[in-house]
Amino acid sequence: MKRLLVVQELVGPAVLVAAAGVLGAAVSTATQTYFTDALVKVAIVVALYVFIGNSGVLSFGHISFVALGAWTAGVLSVPRTEKPAIMPNLAHWLAHREVGNLTSLLLAAVVGCVAAIVVGIPLMRLSGLAAGIATFAVLEITHNLLRYEEKVGPGLNAFSAVPETTGLRQATLGALVAVVAAFVYARSRFGRMLRATREDDAAARAVGVSVYRQRLIAFAISGLLAGLAGGLYVHLLPVNTESVYLDLTFITLAMLVVGGATSLWGAVVGALAVSALDSYLAVAENGTDFLGWHIDLPAGTRVIVVGALMAVVLIVRPSGITGGRELRLRRRAAA
Amino acid sequence: MLAVWNIDWQTLVDAVAQGAIYALMAVGIGLVFGVLRLVNFAYGQLVMAGAFALALASQWGWPNWAGILLCFAAVLALSLLEDRLVFRPLRGHSPAVMLVATFAVAFLLQSVALLWFGPLGKIASSLAYLNRPVTVSGVDIRKITIVAIVAVAICLVLLFVLLERTTIGLHMRAASMDFETARMLGVRADRVITFAVVVSGLLAAVVAVMLTVQTPLVTPDFALRDTIVVLAGVVVGGMNRPIPATLGGFAIGFADGLLGGALPTNQSQYLPSFLFAAVILVLLVRPRGLFTFGKTVERV
Repeated sequence: MKRLLVVQELVGPAVLVAAAGVLGAAVSTATQTYFTDALVKVAIVVALYVFIGNSGVLSFGHISFVALGAWTAGVLSVPRTEKPAIMPNLAHWLAHREVGNLTSLLLAAVVGCVAAIVVGIPLMRLSGLAAGIATFAVLEITHNLLRYEEKVGPGLNAFSAVPETTGLRQATLGALVAVVAAFVYARSRFGRMLRATREDDAAARAVGVSVYRQRLIAFAISGLLAGLAGGLYVHLLPVNTESVYLDLTFITLAMLVVGGATSLWGAVVGALAVSALDSYLAVAENGTDFLGWHIDLPAGTRVIVVGALMAVVLIVRPSGITGGRELRLRRRAAA
Repeated sequence: MLAVWNIDWQTLVDAVAQGAIYALMAVGIGLVFGVLRLVNFAYGQLVMAGAFALALASQWGWPNWAGILLCFAAVLALSLLEDRLVFRPLRGHSPAVMLVATFAVAFLLQSVALLWFGPLGKIASSLAYLNRPVTVSGVDIRKITIVAIVAVAICLVLLFVLLERTTIGLHMRAASMDFETARMLGVRADRVITFAVVVSGLLAAVVAVMLTVQTPLVTPDFALRDTIVVLAGVVVGGMNRPIPATLGGFAIGFADGLLGGALPTNQSQYLPSFLFAAVILVLLVRPRGLFTFGKTVERV
């Protein structure tokens, strides 16, 4: 019985992701893009959850790992013949390399993980506001370097000519990989130790948990998933430095917080719910009909609605719409 | 020494002015943090609102005093609204939750500005004459630089008098030391918070006036970068006390201005990297604040 409850915690989010994938396959090609985008966002938000949710430490820096993953996969996937036109200043050792789709995604994940370890080794000592600002600084530095370092990417330009392999199937698989990895980590002793430090730092230290080491492990896993998501992202649309910066940081944090930062279920529900709302508003900005009413919202309404929703959820229900709990279909009988 | 680093007096004076303006923003953020334990990421959007007010006033051909008045009114109204709708309901939540909430408010306000004024922004030109230089012993100094340094000095002195010599100032200092105990001893929470928000708003309006002179083109992301840098400065300086926070704001503005002038042209695009690398370094060495000395209680 108990084992069944545990399995629910994996099956719930996984079924939701799969349902989004199946639903996406049933709709028109134009609408399908929104589903694919939502599933990539699920992967990013689950990556955020692995660190923020389990450790309780705020990070504004994860989009750096998404950006690095996108750059890795992007640079290596642009066909060799197209490289001089898109990235004329590319370093010699990158200019002649070209890898396949799967390899590019794996390398993106590896780069995200390595970057997270390099950043995490000094930064995981910090907590609270200092951690928030330091990770923000990491985002600023990554953005700044990628923007002007044309040896490793297109600089100010967008990644055009990257094969658009992230369709519905790959996005669903990517999101599922993230969900399973996050579940396995959260159930492992490392995940439990990290959550112990979140609940009571002093007590966790007292029983011999190294807060620093546990945070670093979570940060590395989370960087790996973020890098993978970045790889999927660059294969979905022509990414540039601005599309992996403040706006993406905002929307993914909003998804995590609205869903409930402390559970995997919350991360997946939040990512899909906010994506659905955001996509609907995006459609409505171009004019649509809803129950016989013609709706034509001005451009920019999306961010206002999502921002207001996020603020309201934080005020009314700071633990998110799922209450930050995992999915339990059958509540335990009252003792 | 200065020549080695390729810094001339002009850069130095400009850096001091930028430090002064950032110091003022740091005070504005620090005052609200003192009473509410809330890091206001949306502070830059108050400045942005003030800047748009100035731009509209100059578009309508209003005289300068009326434009500045409109700027103050707009910023004050917006900060009181923020306080009612967001800050107060959030009171008592963890600092991280509040930071994320104000992050949302910042994006919301920025989008409102985008809807209202469009992405290209508006130009606030009526005070542009302050950008012209005067020559002081061979160094060209823009008038706004002098105005900024003097205005910030006056604001800081007034603020010091307010905090140290008035009853409400005493209440505010008490509230930022220990809010609950202060309340028990008869400090009225709502009044102190409103007061901090109002003063913080007034400072934002002053900053709006000075920043629009330096950058007359007002866009929806006006002052966004400045806020991020100032927030880093405030945390680096030491969030818990007003003076370290102010010094942190000044230091990061000064460093930003100095680096901007000192870096060779082919490296100046990497200015943010240098600046934020320094931020990370200081946070690692002194996580409680560069300018906090003695024993401090970890609050955040």
